[in-house]
Amino acid sequence: MAVTAAYLVTVVSFPKHDIAGLTPLLLYPVLLIAAGRIPLKVIARYLLLAAPFALMVGVFNPLLDRAVALRLGSVAISGGWLSFISIIIRFVLTASAALILLAGTGFGPLCYALGRLGMPRLLVTQFLLLYRFIFIIAEEGVRMTRAWMLRSRRAGNMPLRVWGSLAGHLLLRAYDRGERVHAAMRARGFDGTLRPLLPPRWRWFDAAFVFISVGYFVFARLAHPAEVLGRLTLAVLQ
Amino acid sequence: MSHHLVEVTGLEYTYPDGTRALQGVSFRIEHGGAVGIVGANGAGKSTLLMQFNGCLLPTAGTVRVGDVPVTRQTLPEVRRSVGMIFQDPNDQLFMPTVQEDVAFGPLNQHLPPGDVEQRVEQALAAVNARHLRARPPWQLSGGEKRLAAIASVLAMAPDVLVMDEPSAGLDPQARRRLIELLRGFAHTKIIAAHDLDMIFDLCPRTILLHEGRIAADGLTAAVLTDRDLLVRSGLELPLRLQACPVCVSR
Repeated sequence: MAVTAAYLVTVVSFPKHDIAGLTPLLLYPVLLIAAGRIPLKVIARYLLLAAPFALMVGVFNPLLDRAVALRLGSVAISGGWLSFISIIIRFVLTASAALILLAGTGFGPLCYALGRLGMPRLLVTQFLLLYRFIFIIAEEGVRMTRAWMLRSRRAGNMPLRVWGSLAGHLLLRAYDRGERVHAAMRARGFDGTLRPLLPPRWRWFDAAFVFISVGYFVFARLAHPAEVLGRLTLAVLQ
Repeated sequence: MSHHLVEVTGLEYTYPDGTRALQGVSFRIEHGGAVGIVGANGAGKSTLLMQFNGCLLPTAGTVRVGDVPVTRQTLPEVRRSVGMIFQDPNDQLFMPTVQEDVAFGPLNQHLPPGDVEQRVEQALAAVNARHLRARPPWQLSGGEKRLAAIASVLAMAPDVLVMDEPSAGLDPQARRRLIELLRGFAHTKIIAAHDLDMIFDLCPRTILLHEGRIAADGLTAAVLTDRDLLVRSGLELPLRLQACPVCVSR
């Protein structure tokens, strides 16, 4: 989590037109996806879901900033386009880093880690229970919708009045279930704290991961490796 | 001091909306006994079960587990000795994996990690569910969820097992396996169910509730064969005591 935070800070700390500087940071998500054997499809699907927000943020930049900032041969690229592309790259890097953290760590350990970092324990418990019961509540919602569809003569969308009543019933059912779950928890000695079965231990591997990753981020931020590599390649070619 | 004994005296319970769910209920269950609680819907079975571990507290009368009366002050002690298995296992399995669910009780008892691990292992072995250990509960079948829920209670090493409709929603073979499993437990067992055949198999004694009162308390072989009494209480004979539909049509 700390490494991801360091990564996010590094990504957003680059100047708005610096696209080349961001490219070396692509190595981090690529390596983690490979090491964690995380299906690329999953990451891509969620990135697409969130993409409209990033597009909305950057879409007017090319119109607002038309000053030429870069020439690639005869093609002039305005500052607006550069910052737009930079926003999209930053979005891909930061969002994928967060998704990788979630996919690689798992929701449970992540919540426990948030608790260790000082998140109120009530919130941690709520997150964990939400993750467990959201599927069951959603299933109940689907069953209620199906029951409405089977008895409704009209095709198409649910009228607002029915929707309101259905949502209200779902809330009451969720509340009832919450009471039952709480009774089951209290029956087994719950005192307000969810205790992990295997509290995470700090291993030398974790220390090495933090050290190497953060070291690389600092190097990528300060030394501009893409530029250095480009100059080196040119020098070799000449 | 034995926690295996359960004694209920003059128990009354009225819900906040004024519904009188239990009236003048008294009985005593000895160490190692297995008692079935039967009755029609709304007879007060679930309300009675909730009194054993203090999920509900009596409006009047007392419930004692061993020498300890069930009161707000004694709840931690009572809940250590009374294990409650709820009707819907989804309500009881709330952790990300089965092993975390089974460990939930022992961890709340502040046992050292080695003991928690041992309890988890033993409880899962007792219900033949060691293979479910790392599985998330929402991926389990109904029968597997039931086993995991029982293991989660066994891990607390209770003296008394209280079960609400343990065979509900199980297919016939899973139901049979559950009956055999429960038969093997030496705990004091209190089982509320509509599955009268299961009560016949597991409980030598049956308490019949009707409209919040005890309509009969005696040997299962006597209570569950009294057709008139059962009909008066909104029930019917256990299926195996009813006429075989094939033989009748011949």
